[in-house]
Amino acid sequence: MSESSGIAAGRLSAVDVAANFTDVKDPLDRRRALIEASRCYFCYDAPCMEACPTGIDIPNFIRKIATDNVRASAVNILEENIFGGACARVCPTEILCEEACVRMTQESKPVQIGALQRYATDWLMAREGQPFERGEPTGKHVAVVGAGPAGLACAHRLAMLGHEVTVYEARERAGGLNEYGIAAYKVPGGFAQSEVDFITGIGGITVECGKALGRDVTLAALRRDHDAVFLGCGLAGVRALGDEGESLSGVVNAVDFIAALRQADDLTTLPVGRRVVVIGGGNTAIDVAVQSKRLGAEDVTLVYRRGADDMSATWHEQEFAQQNGVRLKLWARPVRILGTGGKVTGVEFEYTRRGADGTLAGTGETFTIEADQVFKAIGQMLVPDPLVEGGNQVLALDGGKIVIDDDRATSLRGVFAGGDCVATGEDLTVQAVQDGKVAAHAIDRFLR
Amino acid sequence: MADLRCEIGGIKSPNPFWLASAPPTDKEYNVVRALRAGWGGVVWKTLGLDPPVVNVSSRYGTLTVDGQRMTGFNNIELITDRPLEVNLREIKQVKRDWPDRAIVVSLMVPCEEPCWETILKQVEETGADGVELNFGCPHGMSERGMGSAVGQVPEYVEMVARWCKKHSRMPVLVKLTPNVSSILGPARAAVAGTADGVSLINTINSIASVDLDVMAPTPTVDGKGAHGGYCGPAVKPIALAMVAEIDRDPECRNIPISGIGGVSNWRDAAEFIALGSTTVQVCTAAMHYGFKIVDDMITGLNDWMDVKGYRTIEDFRGLATRNYVNWQDLNMNYEIVARIDQDLCIKCGLCHVACEDTSHQSIAAMRVDGARRYEVVESECVGCNLCMHVCPVDGCITMHRVDENKPYVTWKDDPRNPMRQAAE
Ligand SMILES: Cc1cc2nc3c(=O)[nH]c(=O)nc-3n(C[C@H](O)[C@H](O)[C@H](O)COP(=O)(O)OP(=O)(O)OC[C@H]3O[C@@H](n4cnc5c(N)ncnc54)[C@H](O)[C@@H]3O)c2cc1C
Ligand SMILES: Cc1cc2nc3c(=O)[nH]c(=O)nc-3n(C[C@H](O)[C@H](O)[C@H](O)COP(=O)(O)O)c2cc1C
Ligand code: SF4
Ligand code: SF4
Ligand code: SF4
Repeated sequence: MSESSGIAAGRLSAVDVAANFTDVKDPLDRRRALIEASRCYFCYDAPCMEACPTGIDIPNFIRKIATDNVRASAVNILEENIFGGACARVCPTEILCEEACVRMTQESKPVQIGALQRYATDWLMAREGQPFERGEPTGKHVAVVGAGPAGLACAHRLAMLGHEVTVYEARERAGGLNEYGIAAYKVPGGFAQSEVDFITGIGGITVECGKALGRDVTLAALRRDHDAVFLGCGLAGVRALGDEGESLSGVVNAVDFIAALRQADDLTTLPVGRRVVVIGGGNTAIDVAVQSKRLGAEDVTLVYRRGADDMSATWHEQEFAQQNGVRLKLWARPVRILGTGGKVTGVEFEYTRRGADGTLAGTGETFTIEADQVFKAIGQMLVPDPLVEGGNQVLALDGGKIVIDDDRATSLRGVFAGGDCVATGEDLTVQAVQDGKVAAHAIDRFLR
Repeated sequence: MADLRCEIGGIKSPNPFWLASAPPTDKEYNVVRALRAGWGGVVWKTLGLDPPVVNVSSRYGTLTVDGQRMTGFNNIELITDRPLEVNLREIKQVKRDWPDRAIVVSLMVPCEEPCWETILKQVEETGADGVELNFGCPHGMSERGMGSAVGQVPEYVEMVARWCKKHSRMPVLVKLTPNVSSILGPARAAVAGTADGVSLINTINSIASVDLDVMAPTPTVDGKGAHGGYCGPAVKPIALAMVAEIDRDPECRNIPISGIGGVSNWRDAAEFIALGSTTVQVCTAAMHYGFKIVDDMITGLNDWMDVKGYRTIEDFRGLATRNYVNWQDLNMNYEIVARIDQDLCIKCGLCHVACEDTSHQSIAAMRVDGARRYEVVESECVGCNLCMHVCPVDGCITMHRVDENKPYVTWKDDPRNPMRQAAE
């Protein structure tokens, strides 16, 4: 075995690592932004707007870029989506606004809405704080659980509406997956933290980090001490494969690895395998695969049990992974994780196919991929424990998510929820922001 | 292969594409580069009496539309700022080296007969093919009693044209300023003064923009700005109308026209020719992209003529003038309505909002199974064309005739006309 096998840090030079983890997108400068903005037709009843979960007035903000009215453009974005900066970087626009752009129909080349959104929000964020005023104090106090996009978007809108907010966050830092989950090259340069500061800059929001629901506070206490509660606690649990090999050293939860990567001060000290296998077909799988490749892993194979169209990672993300040298292996499912001496050595897979009734079926034929590191990325899930009181589940759940109505109200009076912990749409940052915003307005109505 | 040769007022040119009198034609160096690129002729940058004028900096302002630079172009330059003798020497050399090209010399001197007589003699000695009288420049020179100050007074135009014909054997083109209420005044004066042709338009009096920091018109010169001359693609419609006006005017007696104003490609040139021009002159497009653009002009015009079956410029010159009529001669019975090709439609909704907000509420916005659909309400459509113009997809909205070929009835004879003379 060569020196570089196994799991090791410093596979690439500091210079290469730095290059691999800088901004994956080249931000538009003014000239390019003007040209791109001029491609927008200023549609009536614009399809792009309808496809944005937060309903940003896209033609309006783009027109304002075209006229150098950039501040007002950014305000247009932020008034619907206070995480406009993050969303401009992380939204899978190819299945959202840009997919719906009429230029897509016309010439398969949508207006680069995300890039323009970034141009405007970066412009504003570089010059000033968040542009909204805190509302006339109502004397009401709302508890928000989780300082991710859902929680903070809710808190910000509540502050605009005049309510006092305390955010309870289990982790050391606010930001949720923007801080611990999103691929590093999408939000480099401490963007997540500066955006948290930008958002909380409105005032009236206290973020208490290190305070977990179920550990440090209870739902009953939050309801007692506050006028309303918003749950934006995301999906803190990780699905298991249910294989005994999972305990082998070298078998890692993708989200834990990514969180460590996002928190590492020096990426050259972060160990990564030489031959990496990723199991899963979503964002997390793509991100862990590409980031391990960019850290210097030699072979990275992402194995997914169904076809490309079934992956929750978009076509664009799949392409991106391939451009980064990740091998995508479809129609195969893990049978066994192999190891010796307590260390993982590979994974045995079985070929699959779509059965007659559409369900997945194994073909019986197997193959093995050698690996010194295996990432499990088969999904995150809600940790329901904090929602259990006196042995009773106090909130209605369905399919592992909190049940809500259109107002994001849960089955418990005065308790609202949004983001990944509910089932409003795809688990995306932009959807979490919309949930938080909608819930804030519902809470406001509830409190008045 | 079409024959692009042309002759205007006795000046021969291998093709109708000339460079207008302006910076591109200010020196032998530039002119030679242009002739090498294939331009059929040049009108040398306007000469005046020594001592030469002095220019300021900066000199140009622009109108940018949706990122397209130089859509409109504005300048506060004067005539040539080089000594007369230098220009004359270079003109002579160029004409000697390029005998097949049209070398025309633009002139602007004070409104006194001896001044014109002197300079005409000097130009004649260069062997130039003709002169163009610059009565057009709206700035700088007009304050000195030259340029558009002359061009705006038909009597002066006629008088100077006459002097020039009297004192020179060379063909005389009169360059007209558009800064008049009717172009026919100076045009008819040029005809009366026995000029051999007219060139138009010169630049339009303009302020390109206002610098909102400096609070001055652009281009700013040390915090101040002066009005200048406007040209470029944005002025083409104005120039076309003036060219057509002259071409159809019986009193102008088919005086040859060199069309100028926003010509940027072969199609623009064809339009000027269709309205009666024999040659076209180009300034802004060359200043934007360099001389190579003439290649597109020559090949484009040639291929289009081949497709249309026009062998020479004369074959289609002025054909559109015949159909240039006054409003009261239009057919009141002609009716068209918009039609949308649903397969081409990209659902931008612009046709709907334009018609709904600003016109006749005749494009309905619908949702069919959730999908957007825009449909013309034919009974409401007045055939104004607005939707067709705003639609970003070529050929998606077309106009269709619905009057079932009713007879041609003009307003004069239209029963709806209260002033109509009784038919019987
Ligand atoms: C690896 C990865 C990559 C992703 N990439 C993208 C992407 O590129 N684009 C995109 O749009 N989306 C992406 N997503 C999805 C996106 O990050 C989430 O949809 C979004 O963050 C959801 O926001 P949230 O506020 O609901 O949850 P989270 O961001 O998860 O925030 C929840 C917060 O609640 C806290 N919390 C949890 N439990 C408790 C508790 N008991 N008490 C107190 N606090 C608690 C958590 O610590 C966390 O800070 C990605 C997700 C992952 C995992
Ligand atoms: C910078 C500049 C200087 C000009 N100088 C002259 C001039 O000296 N004499 C003249 O007759 N016209 C002059 N013109 C006008 C041009 O010859 C031409 O009539 C006008 O620009 C319209 O053509 P275009 O739209 O192709 O530019 C000048 C134009 C420009 C832009
Ligand atoms: S928030 Fe996301 S989906 Fe909405 S417009 Fe911006 S980039 Fe598109
Ligand atoms: S659909 Fe495209 S062109 Fe139309 S408004 Fe949206 S971004 Fe502009
Ligand atoms: S303007 Fe053209 S493309 Fe747009 S909706 Fe109307 S018909 Fe369709």
